[in-house]
Amino acid sequence: MDIHEYQAKELLANFGVPVPKGGIAYNPEQAVYRATEIGGTRFAVKAQIHSGARGKAGGIKLCESEDAVRDAAADLLGMTLVTHQTGPEGKVVHRLYIEEAVPIEREMYIGFVLDRKSERIMLVAHPHGGMEIEEIAVSEPETIIRQTMEPAVGMQAFQAREIAFALDLPPAAVNRMVNLLMGCHRAFRELDATMVEINPLVLTSDGQLLALDAKMAFDDNALFRRPNVSELRDQNEEDPRESQAAEHGLNYVALDGEIGCIINGAGLAMATMDMIEHAGGTPANFLDVGGGASPERVAMAFKLVLQDQKVSAMLVNIFAGINRCDWIAEGVVQAVKEVGVNVPLVVRLAGTNVDEGRAIIDASGLDIITADSLADAAHKVVAASKNGKVA
Amino acid sequence: MAILINELTRIIVQGFTGDKASFHTQKMMEFGAKVVGGVTPGKGGTMHMGLPVFDTVKEAVDAVYPDASLVFVPAPFSADAIMEAADAGIKLACCITDGIPAQDMMMVKRYLRRYPKDKRTRLIGPNCAGLISPGKSMLGLMPGHIYLPGNVGLVTRSGTLGYEAASQMKDLGIGVSTSVGIGGDPINGSSFLDILAMFEEDPETDAVMMIGEIGGPQEAEAALWVKENMTKPVVGYVAGLTAPPGRRMGHAGAIISAFGDTAAEKAEIMRSLGLTVAKSPAHLGEAVAEALANKPAKKKYVSI
Repeated sequence: MDIHEYQAKELLANFGVPVPKGGIAYNPEQAVYRATEIGGTRFAVKAQIHSGARGKAGGIKLCESEDAVRDAAADLLGMTLVTHQTGPEGKVVHRLYIEEAVPIEREMYIGFVLDRKSERIMLVAHPHGGMEIEEIAVSEPETIIRQTMEPAVGMQAFQAREIAFALDLPPAAVNRMVNLLMGCHRAFRELDATMVEINPLVLTSDGQLLALDAKMAFDDNALFRRPNVSELRDQNEEDPRESQAAEHGLNYVALDGEIGCIINGAGLAMATMDMIEHAGGTPANFLDVGGGASPERVAMAFKLVLQDQKVSAMLVNIFAGINRCDWIAEGVVQAVKEVGVNVPLVVRLAGTNVDEGRAIIDASGLDIITADSLADAAHKVVAASKNGKVA
Repeated sequence: MAILINELTRIIVQGFTGDKASFHTQKMMEFGAKVVGGVTPGKGGTMHMGLPVFDTVKEAVDAVYPDASLVFVPAPFSADAIMEAADAGIKLACCITDGIPAQDMMMVKRYLRRYPKDKRTRLIGPNCAGLISPGKSMLGLMPGHIYLPGNVGLVTRSGTLGYEAASQMKDLGIGVSTSVGIGGDPINGSSFLDILAMFEEDPETDAVMMIGEIGGPQEAEAALWVKENMTKPVVGYVAGLTAPPGRRMGHAGAIISAFGDTAAEKAEIMRSLGLTVAKSPAHLGEAVAEALANKPAKKKYVSI
């Protein structure tokens, strides 16, 4: 789960990470009021969407008066921002964060992430922050500073000091940096984060360190024990079909193709999508019904897939282990009767209770195309999508 | 022989009395697995499915001498259950549960390393289908009838894609020595490399199929190890060639994994290190058949 910049800053501030003064606004009047509260004459008006690279997309405006803040807020609210992280459809701005603009001496990068290779929390840092950090990681990988944290004891002060000196900070800023890094690490551990990133982390002309931007992402599997994090969810930022799917225990991702897919297991789902492409079609979605799928859940999966107008044929591919083919078959029959499947439907069942499952499909009398193997299923569904035969 | 489990392996089930655990324990016993009891805290001293229930894993160890444990405990409590098995000295633990917090797994991996290598629990999973040595035993929830006993080792991240491979192989008359589902989580107990090393040592395994997925460094590491250490042919496949790049915020993830995360890159790495890569997920069985046909004849030891 991702959260907004202002939420990440609020969380990190509780762990002692210094952030500039700022406040949230939902309309231009609130934006002006926030600016008055902050005081001073220079402000940043920042669009709050779940994406980086907002500055480049025009989502951050520097203002030198309260009137300018009002105008910037009016411009930004309701605007659709497109960055390389939002996808081509972009994201609509519903909230703004008004922040004091600080005099910057230097910009740096720090990010904490769960590293799959070492199976530990890793800190990556670079003396130059900003947008180009990914390119630097490829072109000059040796300039990236890394530290991994021993899980039993967590980050130690000496590790933070090593980073601070490697970043070439002035002596007065070293202890501030140690506190900041230790705070980020504690937040990562205590909130079950999967990422904490401060980019840029700035050194101001008066020697202060400030998190100018902050991003945090959290482990969905740990939200059960982090109610203070899960309440920060912003449904506006999520694909409505994906949220709807998640509520029913389904894992759904919309794609661009024409063949709707319902499959069990993420690996088989990806392999089936590969096979559809191999057979000359393109998948309309990724959908994993998960283990122990009830007939109701299968029916829900049909509803989700068929909401997509591009779908011209559907493939159900189930290799049941923890699932049972008879339950899946009942779900398919129920869905075809209730939801009304108006495109050709190919069903391939294998594994636990496969004979019972096939019998249910046959006895239903519905116009369902059955397939015996993965290749057979992929070829049949691609052919059906081209012929447009209706189930 | 097979690896990890055989007909003699004594199995307990943690979370024994739950509905799903009971259903799959029944299936395991029908398949021939030697289940000797289970653990459900608070139900110790009772019987379930004709087998003794214990409050703690240590009590089960003292009473029924298990070699392996199937961890079928809900996600919030799974890490605790795995560590309990490790502390009780169980040699092999297989955790089926999905949805375990990543930092719990980070702690579990650290905890397992407290024990010297010869006393350390080998963890398979979590978020996996388990493992099966066809004709011998099963520690998991795969549909047993799709496997033919044989001489090909199978190691996969995905449970269902492992079933797909096994059934394609069965259609061609090719059997499996042991199939291991290592699970789909970012941090898991055993890697591809760990399992490949066991197959290399197993006299009943002549070839291995490994099926990976997008994300993470394990497939590339394993492929490099195969090139440097493995004498048996290895056939690979990586699912997710058509998967869209994951949406993400921030740069940190991209910085630590500059190359080798996509399915296409992993398949290319495998090919460049001498593995055969199946041309589509419908050709998993065929690719194994070809590898077995092209395999150099076994070295013969002639006494003088």
